[in-house]
Amino acid sequence: MYPELGQLALILALLLSVLLAVVPLAGALTGRDSLQAFARPLASGMFVFTGLAFAILIHAFLVDDFSVAYVANNSNSMLPWYYKFSAVWGGHEGSLLLWILMLTGWTLAVAIFSRRLPSTMVSQVLAVMGMVCVGFFLFIIVTSNPFDRMLPNVPADGQDLNPLLQDIGLIMHPPMLYMGYVGFSVAFAFAIAALINGRLDAAWARWSRPWTTVAWSFLTIGIALGSWWAYYELGWGGWWFWDPVENASLLPWLSGTALMHSLAVTEKRGVFKSWTVLLAIVTFALSLLGTFLVRSGVLTSVHAFASDPERGSFLLMLLGITVVGSLLLYAFRAPVVHVRSRYGSLSREIFLLLNNVLLVSATLLVAIGTLYPLVLDYLDAGKLSIGEPFFNTTFSPLAVATGLLLGAGIFSRWKKTDGGMLARKLLWPLAISLVATAAVMVNYGSFAPWAFAGVFTAIWIAVATLWDLWDKSASRQGRLHGLKRQSRSYWGMVLGHLGVAMVMAGATVVSNYGVERDVRMTPGDSAMVGDYEIVFTDIGERQGANFTAQYGSFNVFLDGKLVTDLHPEKRNYPVGMSVMTEADIDAGLFRDVFVAIGERISDDAWAIRLQYKPLVRWLWLGSLVMAIGGFLAIADKRYRIRVKAEEKQKAQAGNTAPGKPAEASS
Amino acid sequence: MRFYPLLLAMLFVVSPLRAEVMEVYDFDTRAEEQRYQNLIAELRCPKCQNQNIADSNAPISKDMRDEVYLMMQQGASNDEIVGALVDRFGEFVQYKPPVDKRTIFLWAFPAIAVIGGLLIVAGVVMRSRKQGQQETALSPEEKARVEQMLADKDQPSER
Amino acid sequence: MRRLLLFIPLLIAVGIGVFLFAGIGKDPTKLESARIGKPVPEFQLQDLHDPEHMLDTSVFQGQVSLLNVWAEWCPSCWDEHEYLMHLASNEGVRIVGLNYKDQRETAFSFLGRLGNPYETIIFDPRGSLGFDLGVYGAPETYVIDADGVVLYRHVGVVNERVWQEVLLPVFNQAKGNS
Repeated sequence: MYPELGQLALILALLLSVLLAVVPLAGALTGRDSLQAFARPLASGMFVFTGLAFAILIHAFLVDDFSVAYVANNSNSMLPWYYKFSAVWGGHEGSLLLWILMLTGWTLAVAIFSRRLPSTMVSQVLAVMGMVCVGFFLFIIVTSNPFDRMLPNVPADGQDLNPLLQDIGLIMHPPMLYMGYVGFSVAFAFAIAALINGRLDAAWARWSRPWTTVAWSFLTIGIALGSWWAYYELGWGGWWFWDPVENASLLPWLSGTALMHSLAVTEKRGVFKSWTVLLAIVTFALSLLGTFLVRSGVLTSVHAFASDPERGSFLLMLLGITVVGSLLLYAFRAPVVHVRSRYGSLSREIFLLLNNVLLVSATLLVAIGTLYPLVLDYLDAGKLSIGEPFFNTTFSPLAVATGLLLGAGIFSRWKKTDGGMLARKLLWPLAISLVATAAVMVNYGSFAPWAFAGVFTAIWIAVATLWDLWDKSASRQGRLHGLKRQSRSYWGMVLGHLGVAMVMAGATVVSNYGVERDVRMTPGDSAMVGDYEIVFTDIGERQGANFTAQYGSFNVFLDGKLVTDLHPEKRNYPVGMSVMTEADIDAGLFRDVFVAIGERISDDAWAIRLQYKPLVRWLWLGSLVMAIGGFLAIADKRYRIRVKAEEKQKAQAGNTAPGKPAEASS
Repeated sequence: MRFYPLLLAMLFVVSPLRAEVMEVYDFDTRAEEQRYQNLIAELRCPKCQNQNIADSNAPISKDMRDEVYLMMQQGASNDEIVGALVDRFGEFVQYKPPVDKRTIFLWAFPAIAVIGGLLIVAGVVMRSRKQGQQETALSPEEKARVEQMLADKDQPSER
Repeated sequence: MRRLLLFIPLLIAVGIGVFLFAGIGKDPTKLESARIGKPVPEFQLQDLHDPEHMLDTSVFQGQVSLLNVWAEWCPSCWDEHEYLMHLASNEGVRIVGLNYKDQRETAFSFLGRLGNPYETIIFDPRGSLGFDLGVYGAPETYVIDADGVVLYRHVGVVNERVWQEVLLPVFNQAKGNS
């Protein structure tokens, strides 16, 4: 009974999305306010019905309704309730429903938080969101209905959730990631609306900016969670494998980062509009591409959903309509007139443009590296694998270049920067970074060119960012007052850049100074990894909620002192007949010690993987700092509603074209 | 925790006698061990969903690791080892695509993209300079708009 | 004129779309054997039925054969065996077996239950010939011409459809050439 209601709710939501795609747009084009007024209620209704469907699916999981095929395939009565809950998005259909829930949620958020925007703009933006929703509602209803029943042969129990997914990572990672992916649809909708009504201006950039930043922050957290999850759960201590699915999430992140920066230029200086609007379209297109890659099975990945050509074709069609439609609109409507604004070759405009060149190059590099095997296969030129060695060699120089540019760009000014001043500013940060990098090299005891480049870049970014903060916070009323005076968006930038520095430091140090060993150990043995001595004391068995486990006990010593005990496990899940390696990790701010049990070699000997991972936590902490920066930036005063100023402006301007008030309100 | 001192004492007594444990594969030097780790990280398991043979538990990965180790012991170079596996399983098993006419575009791409981008930026700067010299007159409407945009730049501390 | 430049992103997107479309439905995990066009690697292995009898590449000389890689522990091998029996007895196809990483006793019990379609069975308990051939999972079936050169590899179960559509054309071509 309930599942049918869920399906009905989805169909109703589809109908509402069709109305949302058509009615407000018609109103905006014909100037009828009565039609535009439908936009917000329709957006709310769509969200409510999708939420209802989602709630019904959760209910089906919690009560073990195995007559629902999706529940039977992804859950089991032995599963603890919180994994039943997260199993809702453990497979293709449910995760797609979550995706759509997020999409309708963002649509609702636009409807709620855009009251100060001109109504034609809101109507158009919501209509574009509605169109995207139509596509995805059709997709889920036609190809991936999570409420399909297995009647009359209801299985006695479910096939269980993949043990890899029975983890807190699954509870948190997909929602965050999808919030990010889907969030870029808002920037996309703003871009399309602006192209439709031809008002691609600073106001448009200002409205798009906070939405882009929030989506980007969520995506940052989502990717970091995924990396952290893979690190401890996939079992082998890798935090980034350049797998197609990982790359698929990196693509919109990279172009989204470029978009945030070019939006800043467009908002502040009114230039590079055509470029910015293209980035907004491309970023969302890359989100969709990611969804396609994960769900179509065209590429082999550790993380992909089971593939289905029918779904792949449908998604590609959706992707094609969205991308071709918006790029056609772009080609015909984007402005080609050069805005007559002057900026010198050392201006902040140019620094940010260079930042975009590097970030977009990185985006294209990842895209090409990911899709190249597909192209070669199509051309019958053989099956190649493009993985870590390729990306590490080609991506690192771009990352370093971007970081070096960032450090210098922080001191640049809009319009024109004095070259001599810039050079003087950079002198001290340069000296400090060199000395600090040398100190780091000495500390880790070896020198490698790329380790030096990466660490130097990280420190360079951090020093330049803090130096600039110090400069800006100088105040006659004292340092504290000066710091307080800084706007939240400036603080957001500071944190964002410090986060980047942390991630770079973490990535460089752990890749260059991490130690990995596969050793054969019997209880009583000890082995060194880095400066740590690991003693294998015992092996035992225990019974878990839905698995049995063999666990090892290890003592970790540093300089003869016991640091901690670790208990990695090898778990056996009887329902799916699968074996899982659960590593145990002693986490620390400056290093992780990682122990995992491998195969049993003989009666009492085991293959044990030991790893020493310096600064690995900085990867995720840095991402968190970045995301916090993003959230802080959008809390800036100038984005808050200023109804009064706006009303005053309206009264003064009388019947000026809509689309201006927000500019005047700042 | 009560056993802690006892344990330490035991360790103290025992540790000089205990040699460093055996590797799953035994190497003469740490450098060789590192070389082995790098090799198995760059080879792809042909049976798995995109895993290298270091991380994969598949039997075929075990066979491939054995072969890598065996060839290393026989003094083979990295290229020879990878070559031997490619001969058996195809180019698919190497994560680092060979540089040849099919992949030259791939390998050269970052340089192409960055140089292309820099040229575009150079073009943008040149044009902006030229326009600066000409100082073309703005229509009143355009002027008002530009003015308004510039007025946006209110707080000095902002990006 | 400058507007034409704005069509570039569209062209790129459409280009990518073509490749993505072509990729749908293809199985990216299917690999072509690296040994195609090359002779079966040298080996010296026992005959499963006669440990005294050593086999080498000469078993493939003079006749077009199928080389079927199988083992008792491989579930799909149980599935395809009946069809192999049919090929051997009704179609007159010469099938050489490669008993892969198996034990003699289990292999015998497998054949005892399902029958023996193989003219000869190479016993490869350590999987060394399998490794040299590039076998990455049983069952695999190779078409080998009368000179002992590998023409084709099929990974997975052989059934009526696979035989008719995939293997038979290669097999017949090899027969025509020899």
